[in-house]
This record gives sequence, C-alpha cells and structure tokens, in this order.
Amino acid sequence: MLAFIIRRALEAILVMLVVTLIAFALFRFVGDPINQMVGLETGVDEREKLRQALGLNDRIVVQFLRFVWHALHFDFGSSYQFKKPVTELIAERLPATLELSFVSAGFSLMLGIPLGIYTALDRRSIISKLLLAVSLLGISLPTFLVGILLIFIFSVKLQILPSFGRGDVVKLGFWSTGLLTTSGLKAIILPTLTLGLFQMTLIMRLVRAEMLEVLRADYIKFARARGLNNRVVHFGHALKNTLVPVITIAGLQLGSIIAFAIITETVFQWPGMGLMFLQAVQNADIPIMAAYLLLVAFVFVTINLFVDLLYVVVDPRIQIGTRDG
Amino acid sequence: MLPVLSVRHLRVEFATRRATLTAIDDVSFDIMPGEVLGVVGESGAGKSVTGAAIIGLIEPPGRIAGGEIRLRGERIDTLSAAAMRRIRGRQIGMVFQDPLTSLDPLYRIGEQLEETIATHSDLRGAALRRKAIELLSEVGIPAPESRLDNYPHQFSGGMRQRVVLALALAGEPELVIADEPTTALDVSVQAQIIALMKQLARHHRVAIMLITHDMGVIAEVADRVAVMYAGRIVEIGPVRDVVLTPQHPYSTHLMGAIPRLGDTRQRLVQVPGAMPPLAAMAQGCAFHPRCSRAFAPCRIERPALRLHGSTSVACWLYDDRWEAPL
Amino acid sequence: MDDAKLNEANPIGLPRNASAIDAVLDSDLLHSFLGSKLTVAAALVVISITLAAVLAPVIAPHDPYDLRSLNLLDSQQPPAWLKDGDWRYLLGTDDQGRDVLSSILYGSRLSLGVGVLSVAFAAALGVGLGLCAGYAGGALDVLIMRVADVQLTFPAILIALLIDGSAQALFGVHREQTLVLGGLVLAIGLSFWVQYARMVRGLTLVEKSKDYVLAARLIGIHPALILFRHVLPNVMGPVLVIATINLALAIITEATLSFLGVGLPPTQPSLGTLIRIGNNFLFAGEWWMTIFPGVTLATLVVAINLLGDWLRDALDPRLR
Repeated sequence: MLAFIIRRALEAILVMLVVTLIAFALFRFVGDPINQMVGLETGVDEREKLRQALGLNDRIVVQFLRFVWHALHFDFGSSYQFKKPVTELIAERLPATLELSFVSAGFSLMLGIPLGIYTALDRRSIISKLLLAVSLLGISLPTFLVGILLIFIFSVKLQILPSFGRGDVVKLGFWSTGLLTTSGLKAIILPTLTLGLFQMTLIMRLVRAEMLEVLRADYIKFARARGLNNRVVHFGHALKNTLVPVITIAGLQLGSIIAFAIITETVFQWPGMGLMFLQAVQNADIPIMAAYLLLVAFVFVTINLFVDLLYVVVDPRIQIGTRDG
Repeated sequence: MLPVLSVRHLRVEFATRRATLTAIDDVSFDIMPGEVLGVVGESGAGKSVTGAAIIGLIEPPGRIAGGEIRLRGERIDTLSAAAMRRIRGRQIGMVFQDPLTSLDPLYRIGEQLEETIATHSDLRGAALRRKAIELLSEVGIPAPESRLDNYPHQFSGGMRQRVVLALALAGEPELVIADEPTTALDVSVQAQIIALMKQLARHHRVAIMLITHDMGVIAEVADRVAVMYAGRIVEIGPVRDVVLTPQHPYSTHLMGAIPRLGDTRQRLVQVPGAMPPLAAMAQGCAFHPRCSRAFAPCRIERPALRLHGSTSVACWLYDDRWEAPL
Repeated sequence: MDDAKLNEANPIGLPRNASAIDAVLDSDLLHSFLGSKLTVAAALVVISITLAAVLAPVIAPHDPYDLRSLNLLDSQQPPAWLKDGDWRYLLGTDDQGRDVLSSILYGSRLSLGVGVLSVAFAAALGVGLGLCAGYAGGALDVLIMRVADVQLTFPAILIALLIDGSAQALFGVHREQTLVLGGLVLAIGLSFWVQYARMVRGLTLVEKSKDYVLAARLIGIHPALILFRHVLPNVMGPVLVIATINLALAIITEATLSFLGVGLPPTQPSLGTLIRIGNNFLFAGEWWMTIFPGVTLATLVVAINLLGDWLRDALDPRLR
C-alpha cells in the first residue's frame, strides 16, 4: 500500500508541474509584463533594459525554473490591474470563497445523501416522484440562472434577502467570517443555494442510482433470505455498499464547487477569488490568472489524492488483498 | 408424518409489456422432514423460480398467481411481508449459487454471522461470538476464531460456500433451499460441499430442496428427485427409480446424459432442439415438439402427474385412457 | 400443429410477412418511447425549439441585428399583455429597442449551434483518440490516458474558461465572429472529449482481443479497418447516450461562458448573453429581458436531459 501512496503522490506532483508549465506559458507568452508595467511613451531602449533587468531574455528553462521557485514561495508577482502583490490579493479574498464553498458543500451532502436514500428505498411514493422531478430541474438549470431566479424571487419581489455582498464580516486573525452576524448569515443563504443546488441534486441522483444497483445485488438477496430485518438490510448492508463508491465521486464533485464559485460570486457580487479571477480574465491580468490556476489545481490535485486514499481505507478488498482460506 | 413443505398447484406469472408469462404452472410436490429432494431441469425450467416463490422472494413484475404453499400445514404464500420475514432464516433457509456475491464484501464474516444469529435467537455478546465460532467449525472451517475477523474475499471459493451454509443454518431452519450450490465451484470442491450438505442435513434434521442442473450431484445426494421442464414437473419419485428407470421421455434423455464410468457409449446422448421460451409454449404437452414418442393426445392436452409404479409421471404414455403406439 | 410450428418459428408473434419497418414499429425502443408521455413531450419541445431556431430568419417578427430597424424610443417596453406593452413586440424589448422574442429565436440558434458543434467535436475527438489509444496500446495509450486523467481532475467549466480566456487575451476582445464561435466550440469541445475516449478505448481493448481480429490479421486485412467496422457500430449506442447528456451540459457551459462575458458578445447574443444583458435591468423591474431567455434556456435543457434519461434507460440491456 505504501507503494500505492508514493505512486499517487508522484502523479500528483507531475500534474502540478504540468499545470505550472501552463501557467508559466500563460505568464510568459500570452501576457506581456513589460507592456503592462510601462506607459506608451516609454522608448524601445527603456523596454529592452527593463527586459534584461527582469530576466526576460534568459533561456526559457531558466525562466521556468525561476517561476517554479517563486511559485513555491507564493510569489506570483504583482497584478497588472491593482499593482499589488497577487499573494496579498488572494489572501484577502480567499476566506470569502472558502467559506461559501464549505457551507455549500455541507448543504449538498446533508441534503443530498438522505434524499437519495429516501428516493431509492421508497420508489413509488409521490414525494419520491416529486423529488426526482425537482432533481431534474436541479441538474438542468445552469448555476447562474438559479442565482438570478432566486434573486428575482427573494430580493426583487419578496425583498427579504440581500442580492449582493457578504453582509457584515467579523475578522478572526487572518480569516474573516460572515457567519457570526445576522446580515452575514442572510447574505450567504442565496449564494449557498445557488452553488449547492446542482451538487445536491447530483449527489442525490448518484446515491439513488447506486443504492438501487446495490439493492439488486446477491448479498442483499441472501441477507433477506436469512431473515434480516429491513433496517439492517437497508441501513446496514445496502447503505454501506452505496456510500463507498459515492464518497469518492462526491468528493471529486465537491472539489468542483471551487470552480463553480466563480459563477455564483459573479451573480451575487460575492467578494471572493472567483470574482477576482473573472475580472482578471476580462482584463488580461495574467499574474492573477496564473496564480488562481495554480491554486485551484493544487486544491483539485489534493482532493483527488485524498479521495483515492480514502477509497483504500474504506474498501477492505483493496487494502488487505486476497489470501487463501 | 406431516410434510415440512407442501406445494399445491403453484403458479407464478411475470407481467411483461407484451404478455403475461407463466414461469411455473401447476407445480405440486411435498418434502418430508429430513429428506433431500432434488429438482433438476435445464436452465429456464422454473427451478429457481419455484425456490424463490417458496421463500417469498419473488419480486415484481413476478407474482404468485395461484396455488398454495404450506409449511408444516400452515399456509405461507398469503402471509404479510413482516410475517414472511420472520419465517425466512428461521424456518426456511436459502443458499444461492455464487458464494462470493452472496456475502457482503464490506462486512467481516463474524459480523454477518452474528447479525444472523442475533436475528433468530436471544444470544448476545460473548455467547453470540461463541455460537458463530461453533457454526464455522461445524462447516469445516479451520481456526474459526481467527477467521471471524476476515472479509469474504479472504476466503477461497469452497470455504466461502461453507460460510454461506453456516449462515443459512444459523437460524436452525427446518428446510433449506439450495439453488445451484455447487455450480460456481471447482469440481474437486463440489464433492466436499455436497458431502458437507449431506452431513449437515442428517445432523440438524434439515430437509433440503436441492436445485441443480447437474444430474451427478442428484444421484449422489438426493432421496427423491423432481424433473422439471418448461415450468412443470414431468416426473417425480425416489432417486434410484428415476435415475435407473426413468419413465418420462425427457427424464430418459436427461439420465442418458449422465456420463458414467464403464460406459461403453461413444457419444453422449443429446436431446434435439431446445426448451421453448416462455412466450412460445406449444399447446398440449410442453415437451411434445422434441419428444420422439409423441402421439395423438400430446398435441392437444396437457398430461397431469399420475402415479405409475413408484414414481409419478406427467405423460400420456402412462395414462390408461390412451393406447400408446409401440 | 401448424400453429405450434408457426409459434416456434416466430416467437414474437408477428404476422408471417412482417417487414423491417414492422420490426422497428413493434420494437421495444419505440414502445418505451411512446409509452412515456413525458419523453414524447420532451422530444416535441426539443424539436420545436430546434425548428424555431433554424427557421429564425424566416419566422422572427423583427431582425434584432439590423441596426437600422431598431428604434430607441421602443426600448425597454414590457411584454404585450402588460400596461405600456406593444403587440408588435410580443415579449417586450430590451434597452436597445431589440424585440425580445426575435432575440430569443436568434439566440437559441447560437446556443443550439454551439452546443451541437462542440458535442460533435468532442465526440469525434474522443472517439478518435479512444480508438487510437485502445488499438495502438503502449506508449500512445499511456500518453493519451494520462492527459485524460489530468484533465479529468478539473471541471469542464474551468478548462473552457481558461481556453477561452487565453484566446481572448491572445487575440483581443473584439474578434471576428467566426473566430469567437470557433474558439467557443473548441474550448467547450476540448473540455468534454475524455468521456468518449475512455469508453471507446475500453470497448476497443475488448474487441482487440477477440479471435476475429487475430484471424483478420492473419489473412492480411488491416486490423484498424476491422476495428472501424466492428467497434464503431457497437460504440454508437453508448456514444449517443453520452452525447445527449453532454449536449445539455455543453449548452449550459456556453450559456455560462456568455453570461460571464467570455462567450458570445452582445452583438451576436446567445441565450446566455441575453440573460446577462437583461440581468442589469432586473432590479429596475424590467424582468422580461432576462426571464424569457432564461425560461427558454431552462426548458430546452430540461427537455434534452429528459431525452437523455430515456435514451439511457432504453439502451440499458439490463432493464429489458
């Protein structure tokens, strides 16, 4: 098993290197740091001197290694738009995105799993059919549309929930949280629903499909043939076998919440990293784009690694292997 | 003596989009306490459906459409789901073909044993564990204390089937339905499992309904045997009589298909044609299209099971009303 | 006796002179399709929206791109049945005076067009790479699958955003229209090819090990040709299912990109762009500019998903 961990870790590092390469390519070739830093009047000679000073005339490999070195020290240069270090900007906006992401993830799991189980066990009830219909909407509606609709209903028509911003935040060290104030709590409701709806319905359908599959298995038939009661069969054997594959897929899905946060933050003007990234894309602010890319890649790779390891822990067949009896 | 199981005119239907298919039709038989009844036939003959019907595991779109099933004289086919659940494992047990898929891969053997024992008894805690160890050693698993904490995939195929048998017997049922218990096992292991089943049956005084398509197994372990074809029983009687002097033409072909040591035949006998699909059953006797001895009444009317000597046969050849051609 | 023989030869029960058409009409697929009213409704919705989109230049009451026909005085008018509404503009107008209904018709055209093209591109790329990977094996296989794995770590929207954003940065924001469309199709298509590749690769591996491939090689027929003729037909069913579900996702992705401002521009708006433009006026109470395109988008995607669900269930051999 140790070999497995090492191999996965190496793969993760490889992926990170590839992403770093892409980020570097973006940095070096798509953006032009010189043009961003100087005005139009600056002469060609001045620019050339600047190029030399910044090391832009060195060999590509050297530049790449320099880039990697800086990245490892969290130095991504300065933003073209704001003239501030990118790291600082990210640190400012990170708590907002992370908080929203965690709350949404929690919402999706806490609602998605039980509903999935219910619709699998009680297939014919009206509630199940209703839930399935709603779930179809949930995975069909694009995130931004859900956000707009929610804003329309709750902010414009009913006027009970805010449609932009985080509300009042409380600073705890380097973190800022909106969960400790009423306005903050109110502000996070609609964005959470928007961000979490898709994930929740996905998880619900996943759990349902998996559970239906499991309920057809021979060991369930045998469990019933042994006279085990429904509680044990459904919530013992069936549930455990359902959750094992679901955990891995759900974990990966939840990782993608970070990406979908971009959309939600745009709709609700939520002051997070996603919004900043989008503005960077629109303004060709390469340093922010590259940094965001690396950060998100890191998050994904870590989640993937974690989920793979989790699978090994949870499924005894992988861990122990077959011995002869 | 009251039979443990009494099935009369059992009929199981499956409602499909096109038509309602009859999986088994007018099946009747008894199983006496402690006896081993073999049920043989080709795939699709209805053997497994019969077993599933008895233990109440027919799922929609299938349903029991007629007849009755009695356990020690009491009807069980009309019981509620909860009542039927209490009978399963406790009075009727069932063993399936593939021991690997029959066991939950994520649960230890000990846990699966203990939950079964706990369902059917008042034992708890240490007593529960002791009983589990007892069952494991009874089915021939060496070093049972340490194997309790193993997972199913850590056992070999034969050992797994022994565990499955232990689980089926945990509730001390009077009848165990074994659906192709040796088919998924190596030939060398098959004999061991069959011997084990025989021994367990004697020791626990358990009746066994042994469903299989392997005539050799039947000849080895059964007391009586029922031959099924296209959802009906065509012949039923003591195993020795049915195997050595089969009466129904289909049984004759089946017995001819058993390879025997010292056999001087050059080729195995084969029954021409194939069993018809449920949707395309012929009128009259279901076997007549393939029967070499079919004559006038076979195409028109279905023969009923009638006692003829020591066995019961469903064939017009043995019905006094008709003069069979030679 | 004759009945029995007939029964045996014709278990389905078709009359003796049944033709291929009768076989299709009696098939399980058609029956399950017609049996589900929801699926039929969904199909009708998709067909009507598609037709409307294709025929937009013909049936749209106004041409929202013809700058000369726009009347700023008519701008920001509510739907016809409300106060201040005008029956010339059935669903109202936007801030430029463009008729919302016409915009939706033309917008659906773009949304569907980009969606279908990107799925076709993704499928072609994925199936092609999958066949190569499965057949060639070795280093090529490992390479393609590694790239696929890496790409799968990231959600499609991010990849599409990245490609699109880079394209914008490289070529500037105001690009020629076909370039924008092409860029979008490329971006979205590139983010979806992996599913197809994996599936096709798996099937190719299975087929590759079969005897007839070996036999063909011995005869001298190029195995690639055999794979093409045998793997491809087998693959079409699952590919179709994936494609249908992908289509909904592709349309959503395009709409999202447009909404975020990196998709189709306001001069050639897709449904997503329309929603973005209209969103600015939501608070002013002028809801029709955003809600109508939104409802159209939602209906289209839900209908496609329903069809995809039905298709998957219908083609699933275990449920037969």
